[in-house]
Amino acid sequence: MEVHILLIFMIIGAIVALEARDLLSSVIVLGVVSFALCLAFLILKAPDLAITQLVVEILCLIILIRATIKRDLPLAIEGRWIFNTISTVVFICVFLYFVMLALRELPVFGEPIMAVVREYLEKGKTETGAVNLVTAVVLNFRAYDTLGEAAVLFTSIIGIVAVLRSPGKKKD
Amino acid sequence: MSLYILCMILFCIGIYGVLRKRNLVKIIIGLAIMGYSINLFLVLLGYRFHGRAAIEAETQDILSMVDPLPQAMALTSIVISLGILALVISIAIRIYEKYGTFDITKIKRLKG
Amino acid sequence: MSLIVKTITRLIVGLVLLFGIYIVLHGHLSPGGGFSGGVIVALSFVLMMLAFGEDVAVAKISRNLASNLESIGALMFLFIAILGFLGGSFFLNILSTGTPFKLFSAGTIILSNISIGIKVGIGLFAIFLALVILEKTKRER
Repeated sequence: MEVHILLIFMIIGAIVALEARDLLSSVIVLGVVSFALCLAFLILKAPDLAITQLVVEILCLIILIRATIKRDLPLAIEGRWIFNTISTVVFICVFLYFVMLALRELPVFGEPIMAVVREYLEKGKTETGAVNLVTAVVLNFRAYDTLGEAAVLFTSIIGIVAVLRSPGKKKD
Repeated sequence: MSLYILCMILFCIGIYGVLRKRNLVKIIIGLAIMGYSINLFLVLLGYRFHGRAAIEAETQDILSMVDPLPQAMALTSIVISLGILALVISIAIRIYEKYGTFDITKIKRLKG
Repeated sequence: MSLIVKTITRLIVGLVLLFGIYIVLHGHLSPGGGFSGGVIVALSFVLMMLAFGEDVAVAKISRNLASNLESIGALMFLFIAILGFLGGSFFLNILSTGTPFKLFSAGTIILSNISIGIKVGIGLFAIFLALVILEKTKRER
């Protein structure tokens, strides 16, 4: 029941964030949405995700505010109104059709299948020695994923430094 | 089931923001909202009624735990979405420097 | 920044750094781990940079040291992965697992947490440093 309230709160926050006229206020409302998501993770028994989401959101908020603080845009008049609206509606309808197909096959909320994880839950403490099973999955059973994630983060940092570097001075 | 549907409505709002808005920052906000809804959906799939968090306790045996596998995958996804957001923001800053606007319809033309 | 912000930052920034290191080291016992602890470590440097200006923070960690540390973190994680070949397969936990609920227990997991913490913390600090240096050069121009 609490998660319902938080999700409705998040939906309202998302609409406000997209429709606000001021860029700074929309960025701050995005932070509100993310903190509600952090509370929802805490209710759904995922404390690792709650800590990570909280901390990551603070860093995102600092970067976004620094990017938008002196660069406001007066409200643009929407052009090509009919085409944009029709394409948006078509995209959402196609997406909802596939969601409807997928939701039939999913297990009921609250009773997951847990076919793979049962083995991890039984053997996790004795095999890896880690008490926190999420860390055991991330760094021992499925460490390939973490290696790929580290590579993606490394690549994105290289990309940011390459995009933002100041143009070099020409040597005489 | 209603939680899944609410999650997908949040995703649809993200799609609306990406496709319909003309400001670059609003598009980035739409991308972030889509990422949030997918992370929440992954965690909802692994929730179990009357389950404990997936951390063993010293004094007692815990019989029913929530599913730690989607949590681990969502943990990876959060950090990757942080990297993507920082990259897109830096590209948007560069575009603002070159064209002086965040409006996407005014940056179509090539400019030497 | 004003005097109040500077004084509070001087009191708090060491505690934030210590809390980040605590979360990295206790990743296998309690919620947390390499990612969240690394981001907290990065946030302590970001806090220092926002309060005192970029020169103070760059004096603590220069650009060359940042890039070297990030490469060391990534290579250390890969080295831990290759170390598993001594026991037969990639990412095998070859060190002894020890007794659970102790700090030095979980074999290679604690080393992986430390390397990921270094890599994520310094990497996110480098992102913020690039943004700040861009605005500085634009102001000078």
